[in-house]
Amino acid sequence: MDIVAENVCHGYGSLAVLDNINLTIKSGEIVAVLGPSGCGKSTLLRILGGLEKATSGRVLMAGEPPPSSLNPLTYVFQDFALVPWRTVADNVGMPLEHHRMSASERTTRVASALARVNLTEFAHAYPKQLSGGMRQRTSIARALAVDPAILLMDEPLSALDAQTRELLLADLIRLWTETRFTAVYITHNLSEAVRLGHRIVVLSRRPGRIRDIVELDVPLAARGDHHAQLAAASERIWSLIRDEAAVADRELIDAH
Amino acid sequence: MRTDLKPVPFRGGGFAPKRLPYLGPATFLALLVVWWFATRFGFVSELALPKPAEVAGAFINMARSGEVWQHIGASLRRLVVGWTLGAAAGVAVGFSIGLSSLARSTALPVVSAIFPIPKIALLPLFIIWLGIGEASKYATIAFGVFSPMAIAAFGGVDGVDRTLIRMAQSFGMPPRDIVRKIIFPGAMPGLLSGVRISASIGIILLTAAEMIGAEYGIGALVLAAGNLMQTDRLVAGVLLLSAFGLVVSQIIGFAERRLLNWR
Repeated sequence: MDIVAENVCHGYGSLAVLDNINLTIKSGEIVAVLGPSGCGKSTLLRILGGLEKATSGRVLMAGEPPPSSLNPLTYVFQDFALVPWRTVADNVGMPLEHHRMSASERTTRVASALARVNLTEFAHAYPKQLSGGMRQRTSIARALAVDPAILLMDEPLSALDAQTRELLLADLIRLWTETRFTAVYITHNLSEAVRLGHRIVVLSRRPGRIRDIVELDVPLAARGDHHAQLAAASERIWSLIRDEAAVADRELIDAH
Repeated sequence: MRTDLKPVPFRGGGFAPKRLPYLGPATFLALLVVWWFATRFGFVSELALPKPAEVAGAFINMARSGEVWQHIGASLRRLVVGWTLGAAAGVAVGFSIGLSSLARSTALPVVSAIFPIPKIALLPLFIIWLGIGEASKYATIAFGVFSPMAIAAFGGVDGVDRTLIRMAQSFGMPPRDIVRKIIFPGAMPGLLSGVRISASIGIILLTAAEMIGAEYGIGALVLAAGNLMQTDRLVAGVLLLSAFGLVVSQIIGFAERRLLNWR
Protein backbone atom coordinates (compact mmCIF):
# COMPACT_ATOMS: atom_id res chain seq x y z
CA MET A 1 0.00 0.00 0.00
CA ASP A 2 1.24 3.49 -0.86
CA ILE A 3 0.24 6.72 0.73
CA VAL A 4 -0.10 9.95 -1.20
CA ALA A 5 -0.27 13.48 0.19
CA GLU A 6 -1.76 15.94 -2.28
CA ASN A 7 -1.38 19.69 -1.81
CA VAL A 8 -1.55 19.42 1.96
CA CYS A 9 -1.69 22.83 3.64
CA HIS A 10 -2.28 23.35 7.32
CA GLY A 11 -2.50 26.20 9.75
CA TYR A 12 -3.73 27.11 13.21
CA GLY A 13 -5.76 30.28 12.82
CA SER A 14 -3.58 32.76 10.97
CA LEU A 15 -0.41 30.74 11.62
CA ALA A 16 0.56 28.71 8.54
CA VAL A 17 2.28 25.47 9.52
CA LEU A 18 2.47 23.41 6.32
CA ASP A 19 2.52 24.79 2.81
CA ASN A 20 1.55 22.65 -0.16
CA ILE A 21 3.10 19.31 0.69
CA ASN A 22 3.07 16.76 -2.15
CA LEU A 23 4.57 13.44 -1.23
CA THR A 24 4.18 9.76 -2.14
CA ILE A 25 5.40 7.07 0.22
CA LYS A 26 5.91 3.83 -1.67
CA SER A 27 5.59 0.40 -0.20
CA GLY A 28 8.81 -0.93 1.28
CA GLU A 29 10.71 2.34 1.63
CA ILE A 30 11.61 4.48 4.60
CA VAL A 31 11.01 8.14 3.96
CA ALA A 32 12.83 10.32 6.46
CA VAL A 33 11.31 13.77 6.96
CA LEU A 34 13.95 16.16 8.21
CA GLY A 35 13.37 19.68 9.37
CA PRO A 36 14.19 22.17 12.12
CA SER A 37 12.03 22.13 15.25
CA GLY A 38 8.67 23.81 14.77
CA CYS A 39 8.62 23.27 11.00
CA GLY A 40 5.39 21.28 11.19
CA LYS A 41 6.86 17.85 10.55
CA SER A 42 4.99 16.22 13.45
CA THR A 43 1.82 17.92 12.24
CA LEU A 44 2.44 16.44 8.81
CA LEU A 45 2.74 12.98 10.36
CA ARG A 46 -0.51 13.42 12.31
CA ILE A 47 -2.22 14.45 9.08
CA LEU A 48 -0.77 11.47 7.17
CA GLY A 49 -2.20 9.03 9.72
CA GLY A 50 -5.56 10.75 10.19
CA LEU A 51 -5.02 12.10 13.70
CA GLU A 52 -5.41 15.64 12.45
CA LYS A 53 -7.38 17.19 9.57
CA ALA A 54 -5.44 19.25 7.07
CA THR A 55 -6.83 22.73 6.41
CA SER A 56 -6.75 21.91 2.73
CA GLY A 57 -5.45 19.16 0.48
CA ARG A 58 -5.91 15.46 1.07
CA VAL A 59 -4.14 12.25 1.99
CA LEU A 60 -4.95 9.14 -0.03
CA MET A 61 -4.23 5.47 0.36
CA ALA A 62 -3.29 3.75 -2.89
CA GLY A 63 -3.91 0.02 -2.98
CA GLU A 64 -5.13 -2.32 -0.28
CA PRO A 65 -3.19 -3.04 2.91
CA PRO A 66 -2.23 -6.70 3.40
CA PRO A 67 -5.15 -8.71 4.86
CA SER A 68 -3.23 -9.52 8.06
CA SER A 69 -2.88 -5.80 8.80
CA LEU A 70 -5.16 -4.79 11.67
CA ASN A 71 -4.18 -1.14 11.65
CA PRO A 72 -2.66 -0.08 8.31
CA LEU A 73 -1.40 3.30 9.52
CA THR A 74 0.35 2.79 12.84
CA TYR A 75 2.24 5.34 14.92
CA VAL A 76 5.35 5.09 17.04
CA PHE A 77 5.37 8.11 19.34
CA GLN A 78 8.29 10.14 20.56
CA ASP A 79 7.28 9.80 24.21
CA PHE A 80 6.39 6.10 23.80
CA ALA A 81 2.74 6.52 24.93
CA LEU A 82 2.81 3.35 27.01
CA VAL A 83 -0.04 2.70 29.42
CA PRO A 84 1.66 2.70 32.85
CA TRP A 85 -0.81 0.32 34.52
CA ARG A 86 -0.24 -2.44 31.98
CA THR A 87 2.74 -4.76 31.66
CA VAL A 88 4.88 -4.80 28.54
CA ALA A 89 2.92 -7.75 27.12
CA ASP A 90 -0.44 -6.14 27.93
CA ASN A 91 0.66 -2.88 26.33
CA VAL A 92 1.63 -4.74 23.18
CA GLY A 93 -1.63 -6.71 23.27
CA MET A 94 -3.91 -3.72 23.87
CA PRO A 95 -4.45 -2.77 20.20
CA LEU A 96 -5.41 -6.40 19.47
CA GLU A 97 -8.13 -6.55 22.10
CA HIS A 98 -10.87 -4.94 20.04
CA HIS A 99 -10.23 -7.20 17.05
CA ARG A 100 -11.91 -10.56 16.69
CA MET A 101 -9.28 -13.26 16.90
CA SER A 102 -8.61 -16.39 18.88
CA ALA A 103 -6.78 -16.11 22.17
CA SER A 104 -3.95 -18.15 20.71
CA GLU A 105 -3.52 -15.83 17.73
CA ARG A 106 -3.43 -12.89 20.11
CA THR A 107 -0.77 -14.54 22.23
CA THR A 108 1.24 -15.47 19.15
CA ARG A 109 1.13 -11.94 17.77
CA VAL A 110 2.26 -10.46 21.09
CA ALA A 111 4.99 -13.05 21.57
CA SER A 112 6.39 -12.66 18.07
CA ALA A 113 6.34 -8.86 18.29
CA LEU A 114 8.18 -9.00 21.61
CA ALA A 115 10.68 -11.49 20.21
CA ARG A 116 11.43 -9.22 17.26
CA VAL A 117 12.55 -6.41 19.55
CA ASN A 118 14.23 -8.78 22.05
CA LEU A 119 11.83 -8.06 24.88
CA THR A 120 10.52 -11.58 25.54
CA GLU A 121 12.06 -11.84 28.99
CA PHE A 122 10.57 -8.47 30.03
CA ALA A 123 7.00 -9.34 29.04
CA HIS A 124 5.75 -9.01 32.62
CA ALA A 125 7.60 -5.85 33.59
CA TYR A 126 5.82 -2.52 34.01
CA PRO A 127 6.86 0.54 31.97
CA LYS A 128 8.18 2.35 35.07
CA GLN A 129 10.71 -0.46 35.52
CA LEU A 130 12.11 -0.09 32.00
CA SER A 131 14.84 2.11 30.59
CA GLY A 132 13.96 4.60 27.87
CA GLY A 133 15.30 2.28 25.19
CA MET A 134 13.19 -0.62 26.44
CA ARG A 135 10.12 1.58 26.58
CA GLN A 136 10.58 2.59 22.96
CA ARG A 137 11.18 -1.07 22.02
CA THR A 138 7.87 -1.89 23.72
CA SER A 139 6.14 0.78 21.72
CA ILE A 140 7.74 -0.54 18.51
CA ALA A 141 6.59 -4.07 19.42
CA ARG A 142 3.06 -2.72 19.95
CA ALA A 143 3.18 -1.21 16.47
CA LEU A 144 4.53 -4.42 14.92
CA ALA A 145 1.83 -6.54 16.60
CA VAL A 146 -0.91 -5.05 14.41
CA ASP A 147 1.04 -5.70 11.18
CA PRO A 148 1.06 -2.11 9.95
CA ALA A 149 1.16 -1.37 6.24
CA ILE A 150 2.94 1.89 7.04
CA LEU A 151 4.73 2.86 10.23
CA LEU A 152 4.48 6.53 11.14
CA MET A 153 7.39 7.28 13.43
CA ASP A 154 7.44 10.63 15.22
CA GLU A 155 11.02 11.29 16.34
CA PRO A 156 11.11 7.86 17.96
CA LEU A 157 14.67 8.23 19.22
CA SER A 158 14.59 11.85 20.36
CA ALA A 159 13.77 11.07 23.98
CA LEU A 160 16.72 8.68 24.28
CA ASP A 161 20.38 9.22 25.09
CA ALA A 162 22.98 8.98 22.34
CA GLN A 163 24.14 5.43 23.07
CA THR A 164 20.62 4.02 23.34
CA ARG A 165 19.75 5.84 20.14
CA GLU A 166 22.57 4.07 18.34
CA LEU A 167 21.35 0.68 19.61
CA LEU A 168 17.78 1.33 18.54
CA LEU A 169 18.90 2.61 15.17
CA ALA A 170 20.67 -0.72 14.63
CA ASP A 171 17.48 -2.53 15.74
CA LEU A 172 15.38 -0.58 13.25
CA ILE A 173 17.82 -1.35 10.43
CA ARG A 174 17.71 -5.04 11.36
CA LEU A 175 13.91 -5.01 11.50
CA TRP A 176 13.70 -3.34 8.12
CA THR A 177 16.16 -5.82 6.59
CA GLU A 178 14.00 -8.66 7.96
CA THR A 179 10.58 -7.42 6.84
CA ARG A 180 11.02 -4.43 4.51
CA PHE A 181 8.36 -2.40 6.27
CA THR A 182 7.21 0.96 4.96
CA ALA A 183 7.80 3.95 7.19
CA VAL A 184 7.65 7.69 7.46
CA TYR A 185 10.38 8.65 9.88
CA ILE A 186 10.18 12.15 11.29
CA THR A 187 13.39 13.52 12.74
CA HIS A 188 15.36 16.68 13.32
CA ASN A 189 18.54 14.65 13.41
CA LEU A 190 20.49 14.62 10.14
CA SER A 191 22.53 11.53 10.93
CA GLU A 192 19.42 9.47 11.79
CA ALA A 193 17.83 10.56 8.52
CA VAL A 194 20.90 9.58 6.53
CA ARG A 195 21.22 6.23 8.32
CA LEU A 196 17.58 5.20 7.85
CA GLY A 197 16.07 7.05 4.93
CA HIS A 198 15.79 5.68 1.41
CA ARG A 199 14.59 9.14 0.62
CA ILE A 200 15.10 12.19 2.77
CA VAL A 201 12.50 14.91 2.55
CA VAL A 202 14.00 18.19 3.69
CA LEU A 203 11.40 20.61 5.06
CA SER A 204 11.91 24.34 5.40
CA ARG A 205 11.25 26.38 8.48
CA ARG A 206 7.63 27.25 9.25
CA PRO A 207 5.52 27.20 7.19
CA GLY A 208 6.99 23.82 6.24
CA ARG A 209 7.61 23.38 2.52
CA ILE A 210 9.48 20.59 0.80
CA ARG A 211 12.84 22.10 -0.07
CA ASP A 212 14.39 19.01 -1.54
CA ILE A 213 14.06 15.25 -1.65
CA VAL A 214 17.40 13.46 -1.49
CA GLU A 215 17.50 9.84 -2.68
CA LEU A 216 20.04 7.50 -1.15
CA ASP A 217 20.51 4.15 -2.87
CA VAL A 218 23.09 2.79 -0.42
CA PRO A 219 21.54 -0.29 1.25
CA LEU A 220 20.64 0.37 4.91
CA ALA A 221 22.79 -2.46 6.21
CA ALA A 222 25.84 -1.02 4.42
CA ARG A 223 25.53 2.46 5.90
CA GLY A 224 28.36 2.79 8.34
CA ASP A 225 29.64 6.04 9.70
CA HIS A 226 32.29 6.63 7.07
CA HIS A 227 30.49 5.91 3.83
CA ALA A 228 31.62 8.42 1.21
CA GLN A 229 28.26 8.73 -0.53
CA LEU A 230 26.50 9.27 2.78
CA ALA A 231 29.01 11.90 3.79
CA ALA A 232 28.39 13.75 0.54
CA ALA A 233 24.61 13.54 1.05
CA SER A 234 24.93 14.74 4.63
CA GLU A 235 27.06 17.64 3.47
CA ARG A 236 24.51 18.60 0.85
CA ILE A 237 21.55 18.38 3.25
CA TRP A 238 23.42 20.26 5.93
CA SER A 239 24.11 23.11 3.53
CA LEU A 240 20.36 23.16 2.83
CA ILE A 241 19.23 23.34 6.42
CA ARG A 242 22.12 25.09 8.11
CA ASP A 243 21.00 28.70 7.72
CA GLU A 244 17.47 27.86 8.76
CA ALA A 245 18.67 25.90 11.76
CA ALA A 246 20.63 28.95 12.83
CA VAL A 247 17.58 31.20 12.47
CA ALA A 248 15.33 28.68 14.24
CA ASP A 249 17.80 28.55 17.09
CA ARG A 250 17.40 32.28 17.69
CA GLU A 251 13.62 32.34 17.39
CA LEU A 252 11.28 32.97 20.31
CA ILE A 253 8.64 30.33 20.75
CA ASP A 254 5.13 31.63 20.08
CA ALA A 255 2.34 30.42 22.24
CA HIS A 256 -0.09 28.65 19.97
CA MET B 1 50.82 18.27 54.07
CA ARG B 2 48.43 21.15 53.74
CA THR B 3 47.04 22.62 56.90
CA ASP B 4 44.18 24.65 55.45
CA LEU B 5 41.92 21.61 54.83
CA LYS B 6 38.42 21.39 56.29
CA PRO B 7 35.47 19.18 55.45
CA VAL B 8 32.72 20.43 53.11
CA PRO B 9 29.73 21.12 55.42
CA PHE B 10 26.72 18.83 54.83
CA ARG B 11 23.72 20.86 53.70
CA GLY B 12 21.33 18.25 52.29
CA GLY B 13 18.87 15.93 54.02
CA GLY B 14 15.58 16.59 55.79
CA PHE B 15 12.25 17.43 54.15
CA ALA B 16 11.55 13.72 53.72
CA PRO B 17 9.38 12.51 56.64
CA LYS B 18 9.44 8.77 57.12
CA ARG B 19 6.90 6.50 58.81
CA LEU B 20 8.05 5.35 62.21
CA PRO B 21 6.07 2.15 62.78
CA TYR B 22 5.25 2.06 66.52
CA LEU B 23 4.85 5.76 67.14
CA GLY B 24 1.25 5.90 65.92
CA PRO B 25 -0.18 3.45 68.47
CA ALA B 26 2.15 4.87 71.13
CA THR B 27 0.66 8.35 70.60
CA PHE B 28 -2.84 6.99 71.23
CA LEU B 29 -1.62 5.21 74.33
CA ALA B 30 -0.06 8.44 75.60
CA LEU B 31 -3.33 10.33 75.00
CA LEU B 32 -5.19 7.63 76.90
CA VAL B 33 -2.78 7.97 79.84
CA VAL B 34 -3.24 11.75 79.88
CA TRP B 35 -7.02 11.25 79.83
CA TRP B 36 -6.86 8.68 82.61
CA PHE B 37 -4.56 10.91 84.69
CA ALA B 38 -6.71 14.01 84.22
CA THR B 39 -9.92 12.27 85.25
CA ARG B 40 -8.41 10.08 88.00
CA PHE B 41 -6.93 12.99 89.95
CA GLY B 42 -9.79 15.41 89.43
CA PHE B 43 -8.16 17.91 87.08
CA VAL B 44 -11.26 17.49 84.93
CA SER B 45 -14.66 17.19 86.56
CA GLU B 46 -16.56 13.95 86.16
CA LEU B 47 -19.47 15.87 84.66
CA ALA B 48 -17.32 17.18 81.84
CA LEU B 49 -15.43 14.03 80.92
CA PRO B 50 -15.93 10.44 82.16
CA LYS B 51 -13.04 8.17 83.11
CA PRO B 52 -11.70 5.87 80.37
CA ALA B 53 -12.86 2.85 82.37
CA GLU B 54 -16.42 4.23 82.51
CA VAL B 55 -16.49 4.73 78.77
CA ALA B 56 -15.20 1.18 78.26
CA GLY B 57 -17.81 -0.05 80.71
CA ALA B 58 -20.60 1.78 78.90
CA PHE B 59 -19.43 0.29 75.64
CA ILE B 60 -19.30 -3.22 77.06
CA ASN B 61 -22.81 -2.84 78.52
CA MET B 62 -24.14 -1.68 75.18
CA ALA B 63 -22.36 -4.52 73.43
CA ARG B 64 -23.80 -7.11 75.89
CA SER B 65 -27.34 -5.84 75.46
CA GLY B 66 -26.83 -5.79 71.68
CA GLU B 67 -27.85 -2.14 71.58
CA VAL B 68 -24.55 -0.96 70.11
CA TRP B 69 -24.76 -3.35 67.18
CA GLN B 70 -28.17 -1.96 66.32
CA HIS B 71 -26.68 1.54 66.26
CA ILE B 72 -23.65 0.49 64.24
CA GLY B 73 -25.77 -1.55 61.83
CA ALA B 74 -28.20 1.31 61.21
CA SER B 75 -25.37 3.81 60.66
CA LEU B 76 -23.39 1.50 58.43
CA ARG B 77 -26.38 0.79 56.22
CA ARG B 78 -27.16 4.49 55.84
CA LEU B 79 -23.55 5.29 55.05
CA VAL B 80 -23.14 2.48 52.52
CA VAL B 81 -26.45 3.08 50.71
CA GLY B 82 -26.18 6.88 50.73
CA TRP B 83 -22.53 6.94 49.75
CA THR B 84 -22.97 4.40 46.95
CA LEU B 85 -25.91 6.28 45.43
CA GLY B 86 -24.13 9.64 45.63
CA ALA B 87 -20.77 8.34 44.43
CA ALA B 88 -22.29 6.49 41.47
CA ALA B 89 -24.18 9.59 40.38
CA GLY B 90 -21.15 11.80 41.01
CA VAL B 91 -18.79 9.61 38.99
CA ALA B 92 -21.29 9.41 36.12
CA VAL B 93 -21.76 13.18 36.04
CA GLY B 94 -18.04 13.84 36.57
CA PHE B 95 -17.14 11.58 33.64
CA SER B 96 -19.63 13.30 31.38
CA ILE B 97 -18.21 16.69 32.40
CA GLY B 98 -14.75 15.37 31.64
CA LEU B 99 -15.70 13.90 28.28
CA SER B 100 -18.38 16.07 26.69
CA SER B 101 -18.44 19.77 25.90
CA LEU B 102 -22.21 19.79 26.39
CA ALA B 103 -22.00 18.38 29.92
CA ARG B 104 -19.09 20.64 30.77
CA SER B 105 -21.09 23.70 29.85
CA THR B 106 -24.33 22.57 31.52
CA ALA B 107 -23.57 20.23 34.44
CA LEU B 108 -20.36 21.80 35.72
CA PRO B 109 -21.99 25.11 36.74
CA VAL B 110 -24.77 23.15 38.46
CA VAL B 111 -22.28 20.98 40.37
CA SER B 112 -20.32 24.06 41.37
CA ALA B 113 -23.53 25.69 42.61
CA ILE B 114 -24.53 22.61 44.62
CA PHE B 115 -21.10 22.12 46.18
CA PRO B 116 -21.13 24.96 48.73
CA ILE B 117 -24.66 24.27 50.06
CA PRO B 118 -24.41 22.69 53.53
CA LYS B 119 -26.33 19.54 52.67
CA ILE B 120 -27.75 19.14 56.16
CA ALA B 121 -29.81 22.26 55.43
CA LEU B 122 -31.63 20.20 52.83
CA LEU B 123 -32.62 17.42 55.25
CA PRO B 124 -35.85 19.17 56.29
CA LEU B 125 -36.77 19.45 52.63
CA PHE B 126 -35.95 15.79 52.02
CA ILE B 127 -38.09 14.89 55.06
CA ILE B 128 -41.00 16.77 53.52
CA TRP B 129 -40.46 14.99 50.21
CA LEU B 130 -39.52 11.52 51.37
CA GLY B 131 -40.81 11.25 54.95
CA ILE B 132 -38.90 10.96 58.22
CA GLY B 133 -37.68 7.42 57.41
CA GLU B 134 -34.50 6.13 55.86
CA ALA B 135 -35.00 7.61 52.38
CA SER B 136 -34.46 11.19 53.52
CA LYS B 137 -31.22 10.21 55.27
CA TYR B 138 -29.97 8.32 52.21
CA ALA B 139 -30.78 11.35 50.09
CA THR B 140 -28.90 13.76 52.36
CA ILE B 141 -25.77 11.61 52.42
CA ALA B 142 -25.96 10.88 48.68
CA PHE B 143 -26.37 14.55 47.91
CA GLY B 144 -23.39 15.47 50.05
CA VAL B 145 -21.22 12.79 48.45
CA PHE B 146 -22.32 13.69 44.92
CA SER B 147 -20.50 16.99 44.34
CA PRO B 148 -17.04 16.12 45.68
CA MET B 149 -17.20 12.84 43.77
CA ALA B 150 -18.29 14.60 40.56
CA ILE B 151 -15.51 17.15 40.87
CA ALA B 152 -12.91 14.48 41.65
CA ALA B 153 -14.02 12.37 38.67
CA PHE B 154 -13.97 15.34 36.35
CA GLY B 155 -10.52 16.35 37.56
CA GLY B 156 -9.32 12.77 37.20
CA VAL B 157 -10.54 12.56 33.60
CA ASP B 158 -8.96 15.91 32.83
CA GLY B 159 -5.69 14.64 34.23
CA VAL B 160 -5.49 11.62 31.93
CA ASP B 161 -2.49 11.87 29.63
CA ARG B 162 -3.80 13.06 26.23
CA THR B 163 -1.02 11.27 24.37
CA LEU B 164 -2.44 7.96 25.64
CA ILE B 165 -5.84 8.88 24.22
CA ARG B 166 -4.28 9.83 20.86
CA MET B 167 -2.35 6.59 20.92
CA ALA B 168 -5.53 4.58 21.50
CA GLN B 169 -7.27 6.45 18.68
CA SER B 170 -4.31 5.85 16.39
CA PHE B 171 -4.77 2.10 16.91
CA GLY B 172 -8.44 2.39 16.03
CA MET B 173 -9.70 1.56 19.51
CA PRO B 174 -13.45 2.21 19.76
CA PRO B 175 -14.47 5.13 22.05
CA ARG B 176 -16.07 2.78 24.58
CA ASP B 177 -12.78 0.89 24.94
CA ILE B 178 -10.85 4.15 25.25
CA VAL B 179 -13.05 5.18 28.18
CA ARG B 180 -12.83 1.74 29.80
CA LYS B 181 -9.15 0.98 29.25
CA ILE B 182 -7.48 4.39 29.20
CA ILE B 183 -9.64 7.05 30.80
CA PHE B 184 -11.12 5.07 33.68
CA PRO B 185 -7.84 3.62 34.99
CA GLY B 186 -6.10 6.92 34.25
CA ALA B 187 -8.65 8.78 36.35
CA MET B 188 -8.35 6.26 39.21
CA PRO B 189 -5.94 8.35 41.36
CA GLY B 190 -8.40 11.25 41.22
CA LEU B 191 -11.36 8.98 41.90
CA LEU B 192 -9.71 7.48 44.98
CA SER B 193 -8.87 10.85 46.46
CA GLY B 194 -12.51 11.76 45.82
CA VAL B 195 -13.56 8.64 47.71
CA ARG B 196 -11.41 9.72 50.63
CA ILE B 197 -12.98 13.17 50.82
CA SER B 198 -16.54 12.05 50.16
CA ALA B 199 -16.40 9.26 52.73
CA SER B 200 -15.55 11.76 55.49
CA ILE B 201 -18.30 14.08 54.28
CA GLY B 202 -20.62 11.07 54.32
CA ILE B 203 -19.82 10.30 57.96
CA ILE B 204 -20.38 13.92 59.00
CA LEU B 205 -23.75 14.04 57.24
CA LEU B 206 -24.69 10.63 58.60
CA THR B 207 -24.22 11.81 62.17
CA ALA B 208 -26.02 15.07 61.58
CA ALA B 209 -28.96 13.33 59.89
CA GLU B 210 -29.23 10.81 62.71
CA MET B 211 -29.27 13.61 65.26
CA ILE B 212 -32.23 15.24 63.55
CA GLY B 213 -34.52 12.26 63.48
CA ALA B 214 -33.55 8.66 64.06
CA GLU B 215 -34.26 6.00 66.64
CA TYR B 216 -31.05 4.06 66.01
CA GLY B 217 -27.66 5.08 64.72
CA ILE B 218 -24.50 6.40 66.32
CA GLY B 219 -25.66 10.00 65.88
CA ALA B 220 -28.91 9.18 67.68
CA LEU B 221 -26.96 7.42 70.44
CA VAL B 222 -24.71 10.42 71.00
CA LEU B 223 -27.64 12.85 71.03
CA ALA B 224 -29.74 10.74 73.41
CA ALA B 225 -26.78 10.27 75.76
CA GLY B 226 -26.16 14.00 75.76
CA ASN B 227 -29.77 14.74 76.64
CA LEU B 228 -29.51 12.43 79.67
CA MET B 229 -26.06 13.71 80.69
CA GLN B 230 -24.69 10.17 80.14
CA THR B 231 -21.23 11.35 79.17
CA ASP B 232 -19.79 7.80 79.25
CA ARG B 233 -22.19 6.64 76.50
CA LEU B 234 -21.70 9.91 74.66
CA VAL B 235 -17.92 9.57 74.53
CA ALA B 236 -18.24 5.90 73.58
CA GLY B 237 -20.39 6.98 70.61
CA VAL B 238 -17.92 9.67 69.56
CA LEU B 239 -15.06 7.17 69.71
CA LEU B 240 -17.13 4.82 67.54
CA LEU B 241 -17.45 7.56 64.93
CA SER B 242 -13.72 8.10 64.99
CA ALA B 243 -13.21 4.35 64.53
CA PHE B 244 -15.64 4.46 61.59
CA GLY B 245 -13.51 7.09 59.91
CA LEU B 246 -10.29 5.21 60.60
CA VAL B 247 -11.65 1.97 59.15
CA VAL B 248 -12.87 3.74 56.02
CA SER B 249 -9.51 5.43 55.59
CA GLN B 250 -7.72 2.07 56.02
CA ILE B 251 -9.92 0.51 53.33
CA ILE B 252 -9.16 3.37 50.94
CA GLY B 253 -5.44 3.15 51.70
CA PHE B 254 -5.55 -0.55 50.89
CA ALA B 255 -7.43 0.11 47.65
CA GLU B 256 -4.87 2.77 46.69
CA ARG B 257 -1.98 0.39 47.24
CA ARG B 258 -3.71 -2.33 45.21
CA LEU B 259 -5.07 -0.22 42.36
CA LEU B 260 -2.27 2.31 41.99
CA ASN B 261 0.75 0.06 42.38
CA TRP B 262 1.76 0.99 38.81
CA ARG B 263 2.67 4.53 39.91
